[in-house]
Amino acid sequence: MDRIKKFFSTFLLFELLKGMAVTGRYLFKPKITVHFPEEKTPQSPRFRGLHALRRYPNGEERCIACKLCEAVCPAMAITIDSEQRADGTRRTTRYDIDLSKCIFCGFCEESCPVDSIVETRILEYHGEKRGDLIYTKEMLLAIGDRYEEQIAKDREADARYR
Amino acid sequence: MENIQQQFVEIFGTEWGSMLFSLATNMTFILAIVVPLLLGVAYLTFAERKIIAYMQIRVGPNRVTFFGIPWLRGWGQPIADAVKAIMKEIVIPTGANKFLFILAPVLTIMPALAAWAVIPFSPELILADINAGLLYILAMTSMGIYGIIIAGWASNSKYAFLGAMRSAAQVVSYELAMGFALVCVLMMSQSLNLGDIVNGQQGNSFLNWYLIPLFPMFLVYLISGVAETNRAPFDVAEGESEIVAGFHVDYSGMAFTVFFLAEYSNMILVATLTSIMFLGGWLPPVDIAPFTLIPGIIWLLLKIAFILFFFLWFRATFPRYRYDQIMRLGWKIFIPITLVWIVLLGSIMQLPESIRNTFPLNIWF
Repeated sequence: MDRIKKFFSTFLLFELLKGMAVTGRYLFKPKITVHFPEEKTPQSPRFRGLHALRRYPNGEERCIACKLCEAVCPAMAITIDSEQRADGTRRTTRYDIDLSKCIFCGFCEESCPVDSIVETRILEYHGEKRGDLIYTKEMLLAIGDRYEEQIAKDREADARYR
Repeated sequence: MENIQQQFVEIFGTEWGSMLFSLATNMTFILAIVVPLLLGVAYLTFAERKIIAYMQIRVGPNRVTFFGIPWLRGWGQPIADAVKAIMKEIVIPTGANKFLFILAPVLTIMPALAAWAVIPFSPELILADINAGLLYILAMTSMGIYGIIIAGWASNSKYAFLGAMRSAAQVVSYELAMGFALVCVLMMSQSLNLGDIVNGQQGNSFLNWYLIPLFPMFLVYLISGVAETNRAPFDVAEGESEIVAGFHVDYSGMAFTVFFLAEYSNMILVATLTSIMFLGGWLPPVDIAPFTLIPGIIWLLLKIAFILFFFLWFRATFPRYRYDQIMRLGWKIFIPITLVWIVLLGSIMQLPESIRNTFPLNIWF
């Protein structure tokens, strides 16, 4: 009996019609797509996007060239050269991040003892030619200067959990 | 018309003038069919992407517009796609047979467009009103397979070759079921002329259409049509999951686009044939005032759009058939059903007039 029933439900296309009813219903359902440039999904304060180098409020750069980030970086995307300044402090002369290697794991941010290298919420950046995605110290500092307010707020929000 | 012919005769002389005149008129008619057809193909791709997207709760292409008009968002997409395809390079693989490689897309699109010559858009609107119209269409649609086989062969790639083999076997098997389904239509209409087939469905309402008495044949024809055009769920010829893209793996740029043009114009052709043979072509669904005022070509276009929607709906719904399932469906299910129907229909036709006109039988005649 079951086999006869199954035969007829297949032969008379019932099974196929059932499937088509499902897709037919979904045709009229509200669409859930987020229209990206106009609408954006909410981001966590821990979002790991483009990197930035921060400064202290007095304008001195935070990075002390300890090279922990360079050591911890699993993709070896960070290159640091350092020197000793006239006042005896150690500072970087070169701080490059190759974003085409970076996997955005956030280890550099975690390893940083002075909260200098951070990852911001920026995700809509691009390079138009080869080498555009190698960010130098100046570029990273500029990003830090520009978005300092947002960066500080995100660190503040996450501080309780660190 | 007469005036223009007169002018042609005056300029080129009697013999050349009338010859050139008929050439010019035919070219005009051909352009009047092919240009809207290709535009239809372009917007069918758009409709497909939109409808399938909507069935998958997405929104589909909605970025390219004309002159920044917001409510036309997405409508520029097919034009943008065409421009992109034209700009791209046609890469010819080193091991390919160059001549056949270029010839194959031409061979595919030629029959797909040529078959439109005998399609009656309305009682008067037809390029070539030939008596064996249906036969011509069957011949032309079968020709399209040569393009696919040659494409698969000329690419000199095992994926393309496998795709071509599959496609050939599938189209040949479904051609049979399709042909048998059409035999039923021919038995009802007693004519191979497409115009006569539509006229045979003339009556008071859609109850006179062949859809009603030949409903199983309608389904067989529609499903075979989907298989014949290598559309989902019968698209093993492309089968991107196992043979990359089938016969057109190695094609790029415009050559690739021509295959798609052919596939989509075949789709529209099958939809048109279905509407002509089962849905009454240009006839309105009910023969009363508001419906009869609308010109026949609009009705035909509406019916074509309706069938095409089903093609897209199938694609959004069904997973791809396995190859042996396709063959089983074609040979073990469709051909027996159609054969039974032909015998049934034939025996009803042989019954005496008085019995044929009683109720359950009079829907056939």
